[in-house]
Amino acid sequence: MTAEPLLSVTGLTKRFADKHSLADRLRRREPAVLTALDGVDISVAPGETLGVVGESGSGKSTLARCIVRLHEPDAGSVIFDGKDMLAANGAELRALCRDLQMVYQDPYSSLNPRLRIGAAVAEPARVHGLIDKGEEEEYAAELLERVGIGREGLRRFPHEFSGGQRQRIAIARSLSVKPKLLIADEAVSALDVSIQAQLLALLEEIRRDLGLTMIFIAHQLAVISRLADRVAIMYLGRVVETGATADVFANPRHPYTKALLEAHPEIDGSRVRKPAVRSDTPTAFSISSGCRFHTRCPLAEEICSRVDPPEVEVASSRGGHRSACHVMTRTAATQPAGFTDEPS
Amino acid sequence: MSTAAAEDRIEPGTELLKVSGLTVGFPAGAGLLLAADRIDFEVGAGRTVGLVGESGCGKSVTLRSLLGLVPYPGEVLAGQIRWRGEELLGASKRRLAALRGTEISMVFQDPTSCLNPVFSVGDQMTETLRKRAGLGKGEARSRAIELLNRVGVPSPERRLASYPHELSGGMRQRVMIAIAISTRPKLLLADEPTTALDVTTQEQILALLKDFQEENGMAIVLVSHDLGVISETCDEVVVMYAGRMLEAGLDRAVMRHPRHPYTQGLIEAMPSLEVSDEEPPVPIPGQPPNLADLPPGCPFAPRCAHRRDACAEIPVTLDASLLEHGSACPFVEAAA
Repeated sequence: MTAEPLLSVTGLTKRFADKHSLADRLRRREPAVLTALDGVDISVAPGETLGVVGESGSGKSTLARCIVRLHEPDAGSVIFDGKDMLAANGAELRALCRDLQMVYQDPYSSLNPRLRIGAAVAEPARVHGLIDKGEEEEYAAELLERVGIGREGLRRFPHEFSGGQRQRIAIARSLSVKPKLLIADEAVSALDVSIQAQLLALLEEIRRDLGLTMIFIAHQLAVISRLADRVAIMYLGRVVETGATADVFANPRHPYTKALLEAHPEIDGSRVRKPAVRSDTPTAFSISSGCRFHTRCPLAEEICSRVDPPEVEVASSRGGHRSACHVMTRTAATQPAGFTDEPS
Repeated sequence: MSTAAAEDRIEPGTELLKVSGLTVGFPAGAGLLLAADRIDFEVGAGRTVGLVGESGCGKSVTLRSLLGLVPYPGEVLAGQIRWRGEELLGASKRRLAALRGTEISMVFQDPTSCLNPVFSVGDQMTETLRKRAGLGKGEARSRAIELLNRVGVPSPERRLASYPHELSGGMRQRVMIAIAISTRPKLLLADEPTTALDVTTQEQILALLKDFQEENGMAIVLVSHDLGVISETCDEVVVMYAGRMLEAGLDRAVMRHPRHPYTQGLIEAMPSLEVSDEEPPVPIPGQPPNLADLPPGCPFAPRCAHRRDACAEIPVTLDASLLEHGSACPFVEAAA
């Protein structure tokens, strides 16, 4: 990355306190604390698409919400377009938020059921003073054509559309204020395969035509493989590996990334393989000492349960490939034992 | 457990369930909407059949109809469901209730809504064991511990006292599976058993089902929207669309040489891990059809790249049986 990043997040930390029950208060116990984000660093260059991948509870949605300040982070900084998001207030924050739009997972709850599509799509632009009341219809029609809904959708209500179409409308709505950065939080996860591919193609087209910068959050690696230039793999509130998509997919340098890649079912006629990791993701209430993945890791050594591995740069063809693992970053050339090669 | 397991083991390949012409309808306005239309498949001991398709294609309704669990106001209109020679369609409620949870078990998609939140895991597990397998209290408890151990729940003794909300999604699904297999069913009906789970957990659950099948010779009917999951676990595949079977055959044949344009489209639309610009996933254009407003003939025709006028007149019927790899499209031949 040579250009100044459009968004740079450093050391972002967010903790949520659990309910402070009466029993706990009587015993003068502190409420349990869930660490959703624990010192996350990411940066996105202008025009670049960053894929953020992780399983449920890894903190990927909290990350998105902290960036747009739907949650107030406990520590860290978010610099967007040269300005400090976390210090901004009032008019300045509104202006920043205009440039930073989000598309959510559930297209059923993210559109107002009583608002006609035309009004829903034009509303953000009017609120931000980009258009006048009289121009609304024409403006919304253009956007709807852009996302493949067409102007005949203008006067209809959300319930008249299917999930995939609603997600297109949600995308049109977020594009209406001409954002610089679009954050798509599991935007295609709720859709059927054939519709999912349509939406991915649409996002790719929009990104190319508008030169949009994107953060694309997903729990499936395969979904981001085409869209993302770089990926960040999250596990229990940390970024464990980051790098160019091609580098990370071809040569994963963290056992968790490797497990994710191997767990992805492909239609190659192969039968169920031996699972690459054991047990479930532990809860973020009790993150173990040392490396947070060591309880499930097939490569875990003695050091892993004691020392939190630092993120280090590893050799890669495109540069910027970093991983936080004691074992897999130890030597650049040799493949550690414990993982078999891809099944044929 | 070992002697009982040996007794229960069914010779692999024995035909267990044979479904033919199964049609399920829901009243809609003045008319009728067919959620499943002339579905045929059969499953033998130790085999796994997968029903695959997108939301609303009728795969779950088909599965539920096997145990007489079609949600009101839907009903089975025609067809046969033969369970080891016995006709289940029209069987008494008492007979179906006796089969459920003993010879035939079911695992649902959402383990949170299937476990009762106010009873402990132990209560729910031993209830099945005592009522269905006729075990005594102590026996049921030790069997429950054995089963939880079997499905990979750590410290099972402690888990018996846990309530469902104290477990993760993967652990809850393991408990559901433990309950489902506790009576050593001969057939397991699994409706999207891993859809709500993370990929690393999904893999473990699928491996678990497979292990148990190998041990016990149990047959599985698996419903999923995920072609990858289906391909990894199933011997035979039925591809459904708008309540119709569009293609069916051995897993390998259907996945490697899909004959129907819809199956071809689904496979091409699947996101893959390949990071290359050569073969982007190709979306299927258009939207899935509304069951109340189906086109005449092939329901996939409006979205199909190979459609022609004759599509409106063809009967949507497979041209060969499940094992021989049938397709409902007379115009398109197998992809290379």
